[in-house]
Amino acid sequence: MRGVARARWVVCALSVALVASGCGGGGSSGGSGVVRASWGDPQNQLEPANTNEVQGGKVLDMIFRGLKRYDPRSGAAENMLADKIETSDQQNFTVTVKDGWTFSNGEKITSKSFVDAWNYAALVDNKQKNASFFAYVDGYDKVHPTSGTATAKTLSGLSVKDDRTFTVKLRTKFSTWPDTLGYVAYAPLPAAFFENHAAWLKKPVGNGPYLVDSYDKGSSMKLSKWDAYPGPDKAQNSGVELRVYTDNNTAYTDLQAGNLDLVDDIPSAQLKNVKNDLGDRYINQPAGIIQTLAFPMYDPAWSKSGLEKVRRGLSMAINRDQITDQIYRKTRTPATDWTSPALGDKGGYKAGLCGDACKYDATAAKKLIQDGGGLPGGRITLTSNVDTGSHRVWMDAVCNSINNALGNDRACTVNPIGTFADFRAQTTEQRMTNPFRSGWQMDYPLIQNFLQPLYYTDASSNYGKFSDPKFDNLVDEANAESSADKANAKFQDAEKILAEQMPAIPLWYQNGSAGYSERLSDVTLNPFSVPVYEQIKVG
Amino acid sequence: MGRYVIRRLLQMIPVFIGSTFLIFFMVYTLGDPVAALFGDKAPDPATAARIRQELYLDEPLWKQYLHYMGQILTGDFGTAFNGQKVTELMSNAFPVTLRLTLVAIVFEIVVGIVLGVLSGLRRGRSVDTSVLLLTLVVVSIPTFVSGYVLQFLFGVKWGLVPPAVSPEAPVDELILPGVVLGLTSLAYVTRLTRTSIAENSRADYIRTAVAKGLPRRRIITRHLLRNSLIPVVTFIGTDVGALMGGAIVTERIFNIHGVGYQLFQGILRQNSPTVVGFVTILVIVFLLANLLVDLLYAVLDPRIRYA
Amino acid sequence: MPESLEPQDAITPAGGGAMSLATSEAETLEKGPPPSGGVPTGRPRSLWSDAWQDLRRNPVFVVSALIIVFLVLIAIWPEMIASGNPLQCDLAKAQDGSAPGHPFGYDAQGCDVYTRTVHGARASITVGICATAGATLLGSVLGGLAGFFGGWWDALLSRLADIFFGIPIILGGLVFLSVVTSGSVWPVVGFIVLLGWPQISRIARGAVVTARQNDYVQAARALGAGNGRMLLRHIAPNAVAPVIVVATIALGTYIALEATLSFIGVGLKPPTVSWGIDISNASVQIRNAPHMLLWPAGALSITVLAFIMLGDAVRDALDPKLR
Repeated sequence: MRGVARARWVVCALSVALVASGCGGGGSSGGSGVVRASWGDPQNQLEPANTNEVQGGKVLDMIFRGLKRYDPRSGAAENMLADKIETSDQQNFTVTVKDGWTFSNGEKITSKSFVDAWNYAALVDNKQKNASFFAYVDGYDKVHPTSGTATAKTLSGLSVKDDRTFTVKLRTKFSTWPDTLGYVAYAPLPAAFFENHAAWLKKPVGNGPYLVDSYDKGSSMKLSKWDAYPGPDKAQNSGVELRVYTDNNTAYTDLQAGNLDLVDDIPSAQLKNVKNDLGDRYINQPAGIIQTLAFPMYDPAWSKSGLEKVRRGLSMAINRDQITDQIYRKTRTPATDWTSPALGDKGGYKAGLCGDACKYDATAAKKLIQDGGGLPGGRITLTSNVDTGSHRVWMDAVCNSINNALGNDRACTVNPIGTFADFRAQTTEQRMTNPFRSGWQMDYPLIQNFLQPLYYTDASSNYGKFSDPKFDNLVDEANAESSADKANAKFQDAEKILAEQMPAIPLWYQNGSAGYSERLSDVTLNPFSVPVYEQIKVG
Repeated sequence: MGRYVIRRLLQMIPVFIGSTFLIFFMVYTLGDPVAALFGDKAPDPATAARIRQELYLDEPLWKQYLHYMGQILTGDFGTAFNGQKVTELMSNAFPVTLRLTLVAIVFEIVVGIVLGVLSGLRRGRSVDTSVLLLTLVVVSIPTFVSGYVLQFLFGVKWGLVPPAVSPEAPVDELILPGVVLGLTSLAYVTRLTRTSIAENSRADYIRTAVAKGLPRRRIITRHLLRNSLIPVVTFIGTDVGALMGGAIVTERIFNIHGVGYQLFQGILRQNSPTVVGFVTILVIVFLLANLLVDLLYAVLDPRIRYA
Repeated sequence: MPESLEPQDAITPAGGGAMSLATSEAETLEKGPPPSGGVPTGRPRSLWSDAWQDLRRNPVFVVSALIIVFLVLIAIWPEMIASGNPLQCDLAKAQDGSAPGHPFGYDAQGCDVYTRTVHGARASITVGICATAGATLLGSVLGGLAGFFGGWWDALLSRLADIFFGIPIILGGLVFLSVVTSGSVWPVVGFIVLLGWPQISRIARGAVVTARQNDYVQAARALGAGNGRMLLRHIAPNAVAPVIVVATIALGTYIALEATLSFIGVGLKPPTVSWGIDISNASVQIRNAPHMLLWPAGALSITVLAFIMLGDAVRDALDPKLR
């Protein structure tokens, strides 16, 4: 039969091909001096004010520099393009831009490059997802009304004085506002961005140490060193090739096989082997990410008085040490407050503000929950999406820990939700009637960023609708303080209110983890758990 | 025959409308995709409203559907959230997945039929038992595990193939993923062939052929196999589509940016243009595969005729 | 001749009397089909009761039936052989190997693998058997009708199946199952039936299309047999083999599919224990704790083995050529 003969031929061809590819090795590109790094497909278009997740942020961090830059090691905000930012009343700021900076297409960077970029970001018509960062600036309600069309095209709080100076008027006092300016949404934009937007999106042009050579959406991006980069942090390698991996396990395997140089997210199942596989080419360090379990405080069943005992009791029933050891192999650190050690002392981090309520004590937990009138409805469920971040594992572990502490194996069950979109919709529409996951990755290394958006009355990401006038007052006072130290002290006082009320249970601080090949040296992660690409040396 | 084919092709129209509406409706019931675009932060209502308006999400379902169908008729399948045209996604993903599927099908046909014939002819012997054991292993170990284990062994331990497939996805890099993808179906093909062979080897015409003194090889290929293939061909017809759309796990493991991956991404991000576009093409593939299978029936068994 | 009048002593164990082309042709001719001997006593039995007589004496059938009865008993009373609590877990022992009283070791959450494997039988066997039964019944009825009547029936039923084929499992799962929060097995069973029937229906249709062409069917039609009689007496027994094969393997894949559904967060939920959940949890840890996978996957293998053997035996019993 002819078919059989043909089939046999195919098998031979396939096996020859198999052997050939085996002899030839992987068809990997990447010339000498190029870092081949793992990447995830950015969710949105790569505009600075439209990128709110790590993968797009990685690229923007390579091709953009803003007024400030967070030191990759300490996280402290330091002047980059800013010559100075001055204020006398914590509300009106005068920004002076350094001379001598240009975009990679040669265009000079002036104060207008910033003001135009910020006006673009804030205007509701441009649908930028980071628009709310400009809500602090005066006139935001005109360009970005909650409903209806904008009544102004530009922010009235911004005005260009000359080529190198512009002024910013904020709506309220915000002493540490200049320190937020390292966030990518505040980056300057070249005229090309506005003139030929589609072309810019295909091949973004910025002012950072790298140039985009090619961008193949959904699969890879090639960047090369910008030789004429005027900044102090020049790239130490000749380029970076970002490759999209749909599964971090595959990236890890590719690293082991020598086809990839840098993986910045080690899959949790491999953590047990990572020392064995990579030796000291493995980084595990704190990043500005915290996972918490938020309570639906809008639901009287959880917010009525006396329930703070139950909430604190649940927190004490969670054996954080054991879970971070056994499940996460110490790539998470048990949380003792609501911020992150990545802030450092200067950023306002202080360990232990949660006190006993974050220490595991099964007997005390059981007693507290009984004193508070028991679990609402006799049992609880934990809710999280499970499509990203392997949340299922820790939810099971937390529930088991609570069940063991209460001596009831049905007290806590998990309620996994299939998609993040569904989960987010349920939290924003306040459909949760039980504790739910609430993760926070900092935008800028300030304690304010961990507290105000999450626990201030009606704040943007206060999903549990926690509200406490004392907390709000302390935050307001802190923002009006002229010195960072005094502001931090006020914020820490505010955290103590969270410890009493426990509107959200701090679970653990998330570390950044990365592994790299023998070709690389000087690999570090910044406090946002993003590799500091420009410092990496190849060879 | 010709009229039959035309009739079958015409049937695609109602199926096309039915399936696009069904999938459109299903993605719609998943809920609002816009909130998820803002990450951990609560969506800013004004920006979210603008995005919804742009995507026609603020319209009732039937209007959204009509708008979408109107777009499709002009060849525009819409845009994914990262700004990529769905047609562009499809033209990248389908060729890759098609190659992967072909490798898987060739593998399951060749290995499956050979193993099936061997075990069908030697029922109860050691070959038969080993094939049964292989079936059990393949069925009860998830693709997830077999994929990772084979990837680790071939890619890292022995260094024979790169563990991840490059974006161009040439056929030689797709052999291992194709084998992994075809494993479960291999179990079906093997068992179906075995049963069919065992059944037909007792048929009168085989006895006649043996009595006529025809060579063994000829009996097996011309008489026995040809008459035993109908259930196998039917199964493979149903499998083509399943392999193309269901390669989500395999494509993830080997980092293949194919149909399964795009479909998965589209579903998780609740982007109806991506999902409806891909599923529509898949349904057309099912229709063509099944038509082909029906025509093959007539080739394999001349008694079957189509008017 | 489908209605066998032969006596019941001519049962052939699998492989034994089967004509084998691998052996010499002379031997083949010698063996042939068993000669008809003996005289029929009383009324001729139907094919189905013949098959039952066959089955009862087939050791393959007896063994597989015993395994299935055992599995069903465990599913009903898991406490019979595992008195522990599958939900009692101690994270300190996570992924530990076997210990006294815990022969299979512990899983990633520190739960006892043995207890969970035994207690997981209930959900998994229920899903496996019910989903397979449902999908096979629905699929073979619709597929059989499509294949038998052809024409408009075929067009309608087959195109309906095509549309269902198109629904991606994950999308379907998220849509149909995410509204269910109870974690009960029945929505999962219903969902698998909904997505599983088209495949069986294609197979059944193909088999019926082939069987319809056989001479004896044409003869029966010429003799004036009704549609129902033809389908049940003449076509079904000859079309059932591929359906049985696909259904028995599908049983295993359905149990595994439940794992995929749990993995994307819409399948069974704790406190329900199932092999699928455990297999999917173990898959991630394959490099560190293969024992986590071995036991639930082993239990699944035994179940599939039993049903494949059962299916083989039933098929043999229904095949008149074997007598």
